[in-house]
Amino acid sequence: MSLKIIVLAKQVPDTRNVGPDAMTPEGTVNRAALPAVFNPEDLNALEQALRLKDANPGSTITMLTMGLPKAAEVLKEGVYRGADEGILISDRPLGGADTLATSYTLAQAIKKVGDYDIILCGRQAIDGDTAQVGPQVAEKLGLTQITYTEEIISIDKEAKKIVAKRHIDGGVETVEGPLPIVVTVNGSAAPCRTRNVKRVWANKNREFPTWGAADIDADPMQIGKAGSPTNVKAVKSIVFKAKENKSLTASDEDIESLIVELMESNTIG
Amino acid sequence: MANSYTDVPEIKFHMNHPLMKRIVELKERNYADYGQYDYACKDYEDALDNYDKLLEIAGDINANIINANAEAVDEEGPHCENGRVRYAVKTYENLDAMVKAGLNGMTMPRRYGGLNIPMTVYSGANEIVSQGDAGFQNIWSLQDCIVTLYEFADEDQRQRFIPRVCAGETMSMDLTEPDAGSDLQSVQLKATYSEEDQCWYLNGVKRFITNGDSDIHLVLARSEEGTGDGRGLSMFIYDKRNGGVNVRRIENKLGIHGSPTCELVYKNAKAELCGSRKLGLIKYVMALMNGARLGIAAQSVGLEQAAYEEALSYAKDRKQFGKEIINFPAVYDMIATIKARLDAGRSLLYMTSRYVDIYKALDDIARERKLTPEERAEQKKYSKLADAFTPIAKGMNSEFSNQSTYDAIQVHGGSGFMLEYKCQRIYRDARITSIYEGTTQLQTVAAIRYITNGFYQTVIEDYAALPVAEGYQSYADRIAAMAAKLAECTEKVKEAGDQALLDLCARKLYDMTGYTIMSHLLLQDAQKAPELFQKSLNVFVNLAEAEVAKQSTYINALDVEQVANYIQ
Repeated sequence: MSLKIIVLAKQVPDTRNVGPDAMTPEGTVNRAALPAVFNPEDLNALEQALRLKDANPGSTITMLTMGLPKAAEVLKEGVYRGADEGILISDRPLGGADTLATSYTLAQAIKKVGDYDIILCGRQAIDGDTAQVGPQVAEKLGLTQITYTEEIISIDKEAKKIVAKRHIDGGVETVEGPLPIVVTVNGSAAPCRTRNVKRVWANKNREFPTWGAADIDADPMQIGKAGSPTNVKAVKSIVFKAKENKSLTASDEDIESLIVELMESNTIG
Repeated sequence: MANSYTDVPEIKFHMNHPLMKRIVELKERNYADYGQYDYACKDYEDALDNYDKLLEIAGDINANIINANAEAVDEEGPHCENGRVRYAVKTYENLDAMVKAGLNGMTMPRRYGGLNIPMTVYSGANEIVSQGDAGFQNIWSLQDCIVTLYEFADEDQRQRFIPRVCAGETMSMDLTEPDAGSDLQSVQLKATYSEEDQCWYLNGVKRFITNGDSDIHLVLARSEEGTGDGRGLSMFIYDKRNGGVNVRRIENKLGIHGSPTCELVYKNAKAELCGSRKLGLIKYVMALMNGARLGIAAQSVGLEQAAYEEALSYAKDRKQFGKEIINFPAVYDMIATIKARLDAGRSLLYMTSRYVDIYKALDDIARERKLTPEERAEQKKYSKLADAFTPIAKGMNSEFSNQSTYDAIQVHGGSGFMLEYKCQRIYRDARITSIYEGTTQLQTVAAIRYITNGFYQTVIEDYAALPVAEGYQSYADRIAAMAAKLAECTEKVKEAGDQALLDLCARKLYDMTGYTIMSHLLLQDAQKAPELFQKSLNVFVNLAEAEVAKQSTYINALDVEQVANYIQ
């Protein structure tokens, strides 16, 4: 049983290693100061795809990424780790997209790929933390979605069925869904395997096809800035000042007064 | 993210040595595989880039998986269950990462599924893995037994076994027995040929077998009934799939806990002959051991690197008397010495690896076609260099790793004695390096003939004839003085004409040789990359000069009459 797998991946600034110059004086992300990395949860998604491929010989993994030409690096990284194909979706009119425009663009690209059984992506990207793109792609394609997935337990192409374990508060939930399906993968899932030497050597000079807005038959009003109803009004850097600190001892009175204060401010309770 | 290769630029420096060009040329047969295999390199630059990328993967896996798992592996260790070994949980994780990365059967030709990399690059990977967990390095690096199988097995055996190792199956070399440790001529494991079944059967016991429950074993056994020495021994391949060998127990060791050291019981274990009868010890095991010794040299260097990192980071962090202890001469002296030994020993490791590469590649070409007279001369030259350098690289580095891991604990003070710190593990792990695959004393035995016949002396003279850059002449002069002391001591011992005196002085002459050669190598390195090696050159030459003077004083004080006083 061979599967057609699509993995959506994003190149993001490495917000896990933020230095003092991570933000510009204007309050926007200083992308030049942050190295671009493979979005961590997309790597978890890729590992799930690779496991499906291992268990189902003949399966193929196609990676899609949307971004600047440099974003093709994540496609190469994916191929180094075991993906078969990669397609870069990059075009000037696609720039400035919010999650709605991004998911529309990705959905159009997926339609162009056409033949697929499962679409995997990370739960969310570390630059936006919205967790919206995966679910919105599913909606636009009219597919069922399983979010916060930790492990795909089984997949049956004949019966068009998938069983997956998803992360929920305080435990896990095992769910079943129909194929084709969109699965978003949680960071608690298995980490992605490292690069494979032969694949690196064979693919280090590989170039990937680039699809623009016209290639995916995109409606100009639904892509890029035009298709993005979200507007960032302001970005503020909140710096806590010393006077906002409060020192407490370990006494019962101090702890009780803190609890009361937090309850009154609706921080807890 | 941490990476045990890219974080240590000294390793990359050695991958770019001028001799690499010749090695790649020979190994790649003018890039004949290019076009046939999608992962084959097309030229020299492409090959070096491939090696760089390979080591980066090894460095990533070591820093983020193997090193991270090392403490848990050390604590849990392997288990013996129903005659089989079950590794520590995290060892399986390590193995899985290495297999998925394709870091197995690395030196094998591509036609068997290998990566066709030189030993020099393999030594790099070996060193890197040892930085994180020397015990795991044992399990993983026993893959290099496949080199011996490749060299001496027939084509049918190569095709059956090599692809399995390239796909990640493990190996072991079953040599030692309860009464045959250093003295392998005493091996008793019995090999009997059955005319009826047209195969060999092995019976007996092996002891201290590293990774003894591996998938494919190379076994030294007595095939010639009635013999009592090495000439009655042959080498066999035992495939675990056939059964017949059980693990009786796993040894409880001081260090390298993750590596299962097994006692094996052979009961009519079906095996096949590798190569010709009677050449098991005198030819095949010698080749096997030389490869393994280079592996231990790399393991030792990895441990030295770990010792350096642990000592340095602790000394930069720990404050006493109002400042970080790295600022105290008594502490930075220890750390600088660790680093100097590391840089010198590493240079020796990779120079030895390069010598091995050239002669092995020519050996391999000789299997395909007749070598030209120039190639034959080159093969002879490098074969001799490899044979002479391997015991020095193994012995000196294993002793260095013991000293450096000891010093790393010393830098930690009382904390270093506590089991929470990594320095205690690497200290325990390093202890075996000067024992297994031939003790330092046996490395001395292997090296002494090259001391007395003047071979090292000619190598040292060749090194001394290399041009010296401005500012380095004083080092060259001091190293020349060390070489003169070595020559003088060698002459004195030889002139006495007494075997016992020579044997008594052998280790001292060996140390003098090692320090002199390493001083030369570090001098060459420092001239090419002063930013990496200048400080170590200074510290190491100071150290080497003192060591050579010490041994020279000792030898000069010794004479034949005193030998009796050493016998207890």
